[in-house]
Amino acid sequence: MKNRGRYGKFGGQYVPETVMPALAELTAAYEAALASESFQRELKEYLEEYAGRPTRLYEAKRLSAHYGRARIFLKREDLLHTGAHKINNAIGQALLALRMGKKRIVAETGAGQHGVACATVCALFGLECRVYMGEEDMARQALNVFRMRLLGAEVVGVTSGTKTLKDATNEALRYWVANIRDTHYIIGSAVGPHPYPAIVRDFQSVIGLETMEQAAEKIGRLDYLVACVGGGSNAIGLFHPFRNRPEVKKIGVEAAGLGVDTEQHAATLTKGRAGVLHGALSMLLQDKDGQVLPAHSISAGLDYPGVGPEHAHFRESGIVQYAAVTDAQALQALSLLSRTEGILPALESSHALAYLEELMPNTRPGEVVVVCLSGRGDKDVPSVIETMGGMN
Amino acid sequence: MSTIAELFAARRAQAKKALIVYLTANYPDPQTCRQLVLELAEAGVDLFEIGLPFSDPMADGPVIQASSTAALAAGVTTDSVLELVSDLRRAVKQPLAVMTYYNPVLQAGLESFAERLAAAGGDALLVPDLPMEESYELDAICREKQLDLIRFLAPTTTPERMMNICDGATGFIYCVAHAGVTGSSQPVKNEGPMIVAAAQKITKTPLAIGFGISGPEAAAQAAAQADAVIVGSAVLEKLKCEGVAGTMRFVASIRQAMDKGVGA
Repeated sequence: MKNRGRYGKFGGQYVPETVMPALAELTAAYEAALASESFQRELKEYLEEYAGRPTRLYEAKRLSAHYGRARIFLKREDLLHTGAHKINNAIGQALLALRMGKKRIVAETGAGQHGVACATVCALFGLECRVYMGEEDMARQALNVFRMRLLGAEVVGVTSGTKTLKDATNEALRYWVANIRDTHYIIGSAVGPHPYPAIVRDFQSVIGLETMEQAAEKIGRLDYLVACVGGGSNAIGLFHPFRNRPEVKKIGVEAAGLGVDTEQHAATLTKGRAGVLHGALSMLLQDKDGQVLPAHSISAGLDYPGVGPEHAHFRESGIVQYAAVTDAQALQALSLLSRTEGILPALESSHALAYLEELMPNTRPGEVVVVCLSGRGDKDVPSVIETMGGMN
Repeated sequence: MSTIAELFAARRAQAKKALIVYLTANYPDPQTCRQLVLELAEAGVDLFEIGLPFSDPMADGPVIQASSTAALAAGVTTDSVLELVSDLRRAVKQPLAVMTYYNPVLQAGLESFAERLAAAGGDALLVPDLPMEESYELDAICREKQLDLIRFLAPTTTPERMMNICDGATGFIYCVAHAGVTGSSQPVKNEGPMIVAAAQKITKTPLAIGFGISGPEAAAQAAAQADAVIVGSAVLEKLKCEGVAGTMRFVASIRQAMDKGVGA
């Protein structure tokens, strides 16, 4: 935790003075929780009994047969309570908030999965919950808005800027600054000022740790890990435990939107430059003056012009490779998995699946590919219908 | 002695408090912005903070968000803000500070930005998302260019942090009057005087209260404690609704309330 959370040159704490003492308090509480057996035991119990861990490492045989090369396994985070990996972090941070004596949770959400996870744990632990969501995202993820409200959360529409995840994060931060004494901000991805990227990574690392154990037990080999990257929380959770294992190739897949050569994409690591947004130095889509550019992706959860600082470091140091796939490729992958395996993936996770088109021809029979199926796709059905049209 | 230090020394000698006004650069348009600064310079404003707008102003409330968005949409760039500073330097004698977020400074290059700001005649730089721990490099560069990198104290600042922040602070120290963003719409408890009272015990650097100073009454109250009062959102709101004339009346009423409250 020294050096204020640097990953290579990336990371840091670029926040107003008002927030600095809260980050210090959070860092101290987090370090104490890490060392606390009772905290770890409680966390494990909620993850298992409430969220449904461990998730399965499922062999997608028909999808594998489609490519006719390596064996493809899916890490089924979509089977967790609330339907995505976001619950791992929400449970962990809500327990931290309780330890710090906070009575209210504020969060931002893009696709709504993190918002739903926060609303869920707040209901579970009796905490007040306020979720900021861009109005564009509220329209394309209406189901999740209703879910959050049913769970008792207050959903606040954000009309500033691009009306998506970036602006929801700005508003959540502003609310937090104004209510910093009794409110904990549960950031949903591995972004933000230190210690957030480390906290989110650690709570999501259960994905990679389980994968490591399951692959060793059930398969006996592991060659590739593939995960989608917006802010990058499911990806960092999968990759981080394997960071010192170069024989396991790790690929993070960003959203290329309409294409990385257009202005309509969210491929931050592929096309961005180092810059500061939301409290951390990382890669960023920006103009020459440092003004943040709007991102675009069909997937609300990947529609973000920044990325977690540790991903920026993993890219620079070559620990992880990053690629990008378009909206159209993600939709094809969603359709393919639905029809070959009877699993409807989230649009976010569909980006990781779409990368298989590029990866699989280069794999050999007997090799093992694990794709993180970070969430289920029910929430995306309206936008898929809108894009693909009806049932044809 | 820096221009800002001279200003505060002069004000102290007169037993008067300094009035600092924030304006978003070239908002609502370059001519109006320039005209307003020239008129305010004759109406008792002691220091101007010129806002270089950022797309994601984390510490700002709705008014400055809107003026920033409008300025960016109208084509305000880092270059044009530095040109404005240079232009104003020739027109007014008051110290000029640029207030922006870290990313525009980082992208311009810390060294290059500071050098250009100094060359334009700027006196200080305020970067609200750059806490002291992240500021050492820019602080050293600013010192070299004789710019004051203004530090912040907040209601949440612990006594230990306050010691470190006050130690070596130049220009003035910005005391954030309430935990929140600029320009709060509803009346909030002004914690500025408490911060000032604590900081006065450990520093001789002038202390300015800002955030949520909504009008003459709040300004007079802050001026009773601090060396300076900073008004931003309230001025921009007047500018938007009542133009230059209404803004001049508003600022004159603030100046008057500060002088009366302190002197009488």
